[in-house]
Amino acid sequence: VTAEGAAPAPPPETPWRRLSARMLLVHPVQEVVRAMPALVGLVVAGSGSGQGGRWALIGVALAIAAGTLRWFTTRYRVTPEQVQVRRGLLRRSLRAVSRDRVRTIDVSANPLQRVLGLVRLTVGTGLAERGPRGGGVRLDGLDARDATGLRDALLHDRPRGAAPGADQTAPEEVAAETELARLRPAWLAYAPFTLSGVLTVGAIGGFLINTADDLHLDPRHLGIVHRAGDVLGGAPLVLAIVVALLAVALLVAVCSTAGYALAFWGYRLTRHPSGTLHVTRGLLSTRATTIEERRLRGVELTQPLLLRGAGGARCDAIATGLGAGRGAERGTTLFPPGPRAVAARVAADVLRTTEPVTVPLTPHGPRARVRRFTRALSGSAVIVAAAAAGAIAGIWPDTVWEVALVTVPLAAALAADRARSLGHAVTPTALVARAGSLVRRRAMLSREGIIGITLRRSFFQRRAGLCTLTATTAAGRQAYAVLDVADDEALRVCDAAVPGLLDVFRGESG
Amino acid sequence: VILGSLSVPDQPAPDLRPPRHRVSARAVRYWAVRASAGWAVLGIAQAAWLVLASGGGSWHVIALVATVVLAAAHVTVMPRWRYAVHRWETAPGAVYTQSGWFDQERRIAPVARIQTVDTERGPLEQLFGLANVTVTTASAAGALEIKGLDREVADRLVDELTAATQADAEDAT
Repeated sequence: VTAEGAAPAPPPETPWRRLSARMLLVHPVQEVVRAMPALVGLVVAGSGSGQGGRWALIGVALAIAAGTLRWFTTRYRVTPEQVQVRRGLLRRSLRAVSRDRVRTIDVSANPLQRVLGLVRLTVGTGLAERGPRGGGVRLDGLDARDATGLRDALLHDRPRGAAPGADQTAPEEVAAETELARLRPAWLAYAPFTLSGVLTVGAIGGFLINTADDLHLDPRHLGIVHRAGDVLGGAPLVLAIVVALLAVALLVAVCSTAGYALAFWGYRLTRHPSGTLHVTRGLLSTRATTIEERRLRGVELTQPLLLRGAGGARCDAIATGLGAGRGAERGTTLFPPGPRAVAARVAADVLRTTEPVTVPLTPHGPRARVRRFTRALSGSAVIVAAAAAGAIAGIWPDTVWEVALVTVPLAAALAADRARSLGHAVTPTALVARAGSLVRRRAMLSREGIIGITLRRSFFQRRAGLCTLTATTAAGRQAYAVLDVADDEALRVCDAAVPGLLDVFRGESG
Repeated sequence: VILGSLSVPDQPAPDLRPPRHRVSARAVRYWAVRASAGWAVLGIAQAAWLVLASGGGSWHVIALVATVVLAAAHVTVMPRWRYAVHRWETAPGAVYTQSGWFDQERRIAPVARIQTVDTERGPLEQLFGLANVTVTTASAAGALEIKGLDREVADRLVDELTAATQADAEDAT
């Protein structure tokens, strides 16, 4: 009996189930890998007595035993009301998640698991991000088919009523899913503009320098470095710097592209008629996230500066139970970095209306613009003043404050772009707010998802007659701001977004 | 009517007024005492420095004088300013708070979206007979805090809001 069969007609006592037996091949390997530092330590510590090998063998045996034990001690079951997972031998734990609290289901598989046809299933609740250990349940090592059954059972056969928006006439028949988007290999061209490879290059560089240091290797003795040094040695300094920068840029681009392919290869976004969105992606490790549409509170279109320059954008879901960001537990990506037009189309498809994506935004006017400039320029003024003070005191050479002067035009350009980004609109379904230069975000928050309004005015904003309007919500970043909007316009936006909320608090206190 | 209200209205709607109720007048003294305590720590540290490192000279004295002047300004201005700003109000459909002093903030949350209502008082606040009320919604960024209320007022407010929230038992997300 699979979980699929168990869900619709539950027996009074649902039997406990184990993870797939093939997990016996995976868990021990994982434990050995995890115990590797300790094992190396054992070998080193034992080498003095000449018994390092024996100790290491015992260590490996223990790790394998622990991995095997994990399979024997982990059980789960899906009762009509709850998903329950039992763990541990000496310290037993039982974690139960109420089924009507289930908000997202994430199915992922690393390469080893994929070979064996296994997956890891993570059940997300709204509290998943808050607690230290999370409020969700994780089953590492289900049979892939069982997992699909379990996912459908958990999201589609709810104990109470079906998800709204579901087509009631065709409940569980061959659920024809609609494909909203699919990766085109040409989009790999956007990868270098995401700069996701910077961290990788930094890590590799750090690792290489460390290793060279440990091995007492002088990089100048390596053939390739030596030859590069010969070629560049004769060239002027500026040329050498340019070439070095180009080489780093190329390396970052290659790493970014590789990272993009690893993360997003095979990306597909589909809509299930029972009211869920599915995102599948990944080259070696695969990942499938399911988001219930009734948990969806909007979509955010994000454009980092370089990606924006290349005409690209990416999309993230604003959904309850899913935090913002792209960490392991956060499955918000709806659309990978790709053409802006396609990203906009996907956002419109997900929202089931084009208006939030296409509506022209109201700019925030000259006072907001002035504020952007004062803020950016006062920042660079501090830098220049500090550098000049250093020069006067004779601590730093004059070149320092001359270089610091470069921050002034940079800050001005940033301010101008930030001012251009500012904009907002209210459509029949959504509050739209856009801001940011280095990362420009256009948040399209469902009006029904707004659960509170904050009007914040700093001392300087009050003098400029501006305020920052923040709509709070239970989803995504929890708060979406309309930055530096004129006071009266902020009230108009509130009235349009949440009609009637402010009415009691208006006029003279009568 | 709902769709009509979306278009920008022709005549400007009246301004948002501040919430109707002030917090307890005792809060002024409480804020002053709390701020003084913070400054006192800094002042004593500097005085000790002045006495122990006797070679420091004029810089130490200047720093101490600056601290005392700043502290005096902060302790006299901040509590009054804050008392003028801190206000709250409940209506059948919504809770409305105003807080801050240098930077100010107004928060409005519909009663239907309220999840929990708590009171909380620290040891110093108990001495002044004050209490804080926190109204949370399902948004981690959406809590409304009313600081420096009379204890009885706080208790009444919590009862009132709890009753109002129980009236509609929706998901509130």
